[in-house]
Amino acid sequence: MSSDANGSLLDVKGLHAAYGATQVLHGISFALESGRITTILGANGAGKTTTLRAICQMVRTSGSVLFDGQQLVGKATEEVVRLGVAHVPDGRGTFTSLSVEENLRLGAYVRRDRDRGRVPEDIEKMYARFPRLGERRTQQAGTLSGGEQQMLAISRALMLRPKLLLLDEPSFGLAPKIVAEIFRILRDINTQDNVSMLLVEQNAKLALELAGRAYLLETGRVALSGTSRQLMADESVRRAYLGV
Amino acid sequence: MEAFLHQIFSGLANGCIYGSVALALVMIYQATHHLNFAQGEMATFSTFIAWALIQRGMPYWVAFALTFGISFAAGLLIQRVILRPVEKAPVLTNVNVFIGLLLIFNALSGWIFDHTVKAFPSPFPQESFLKTAYFSAHEMGSFLVMLAVLFSLYAFFRFTPVGLAMRAAAQNPESARLVGIRVSWMLALGWGFAAAIGSVAGMMVAPSVFLDPNMMAGILLYGFASALLGGVDNPWGAVIGGMIVGVLENLLGAYVIGTELKLTVALVLIVGTLTLMPSGLFGKRVVTRV
Repeated sequence: MSSDANGSLLDVKGLHAAYGATQVLHGISFALESGRITTILGANGAGKTTTLRAICQMVRTSGSVLFDGQQLVGKATEEVVRLGVAHVPDGRGTFTSLSVEENLRLGAYVRRDRDRGRVPEDIEKMYARFPRLGERRTQQAGTLSGGEQQMLAISRALMLRPKLLLLDEPSFGLAPKIVAEIFRILRDINTQDNVSMLLVEQNAKLALELAGRAYLLETGRVALSGTSRQLMADESVRRAYLGV
Repeated sequence: MEAFLHQIFSGLANGCIYGSVALALVMIYQATHHLNFAQGEMATFSTFIAWALIQRGMPYWVAFALTFGISFAAGLLIQRVILRPVEKAPVLTNVNVFIGLLLIFNALSGWIFDHTVKAFPSPFPQESFLKTAYFSAHEMGSFLVMLAVLFSLYAFFRFTPVGLAMRAAAQNPESARLVGIRVSWMLALGWGFAAAIGSVAGMMVAPSVFLDPNMMAGILLYGFASALLGGVDNPWGAVIGGMIVGVLENLLGAYVIGTELKLTVALVLIVGTLTLMPSGLFGKRVVTRV
């Protein structure tokens, strides 16, 4: 029930997306296996962020996005979220004037009934994972540092207990030490909680180390795809994105 | 001195009404960045509904509760049916819709309930424990009712998941959608609350100013002045702004400019605040990078 026969949780086919008259995605196709981490690489403006926004129906899209057997194209963003897709947007999208704890409670907003009783327990789990959030639980989210905000954004997304986590450049603007910590925790979340992830990153090396499978976007089209190992070995990828 | 204190306290009682009209305005402004010009006429119409129910022999507080509920539902419905189609439209489109609503509700009040001035009962008997040296029973009673409304509203926003969701939707609609909040419904709820608060203000002010289709026109101006003075994005500022406007209006009316020019105070405050201090006393100063 949770995924179709070939094990793909997300199946994107011929996805187009546009902002006004500007076409950004020109029919991309890719699939994401259940329980795995997949990454989308590419230069600035290649359409990485737009791909995530298109999955969540935050831009005008056409084509097909099958998630867990359900067609997402044409649905409202909030309905996509209710199916179990959590999105950590670029710029993190935390509610800056609300407290850390309120942000986490909002993350669980659509969880209902029996499940609601477990929300406080899940909040404590987030604090255990990111102790710095626990220390700042009553603080306004806007007063957090960049790294803490990213941790809050990821925690808030996890409060949904999502089947799929979309991550838009979680390393952006953060110190290498913090980035390493966040990526270690992402790996833990993937293996321990079995959350599938679609990761968009500028930092190709980090992304390929974390993900099992990768797609390379160039000006709104899939230019290359394969396992992370294959892409890491690819000469053009090495030169253009890994700087070696 | 006695008279001076009396002016202040009765100013506070009026101020509570202005504050709640301001709060109704702020409630919609926060979520949509629009000022609902029809807020006053909607409140007047609600008050007429209460009047009609009481005329039919319904006990005051039952009519009060029913009017509150009807107003809430009507506010919600107005947003869903009339405002939703223009949610993404330019500001002027919305302003036109608000003015249209103002005219419609004003005309409906006159058409259904006619234009004669009507007495509206106060639920607080003249000689009750509420009467004190500086407050009449009705002033004290309406003061307490408005406070009760404000605190229940505060509790709703502070302690319930839906209240939290409404705050989130007002602050950052895009992120709100990303946690699954149906933002458009939150706007509708905001309209419902605004209409309900307006109905209480109408019912509380009607015994002193009498009920006719234009009852709230002046009060809405004081409401605008209160909201702007307090900072139009701050609910508490709106309430405190209302108190200040109420007291100021009373004192200036009694000692400086006379009762005839009272309404001018509101206009002067509106223009003064906008030119000298656009974010009001407690509003957030918005700085934009250009």
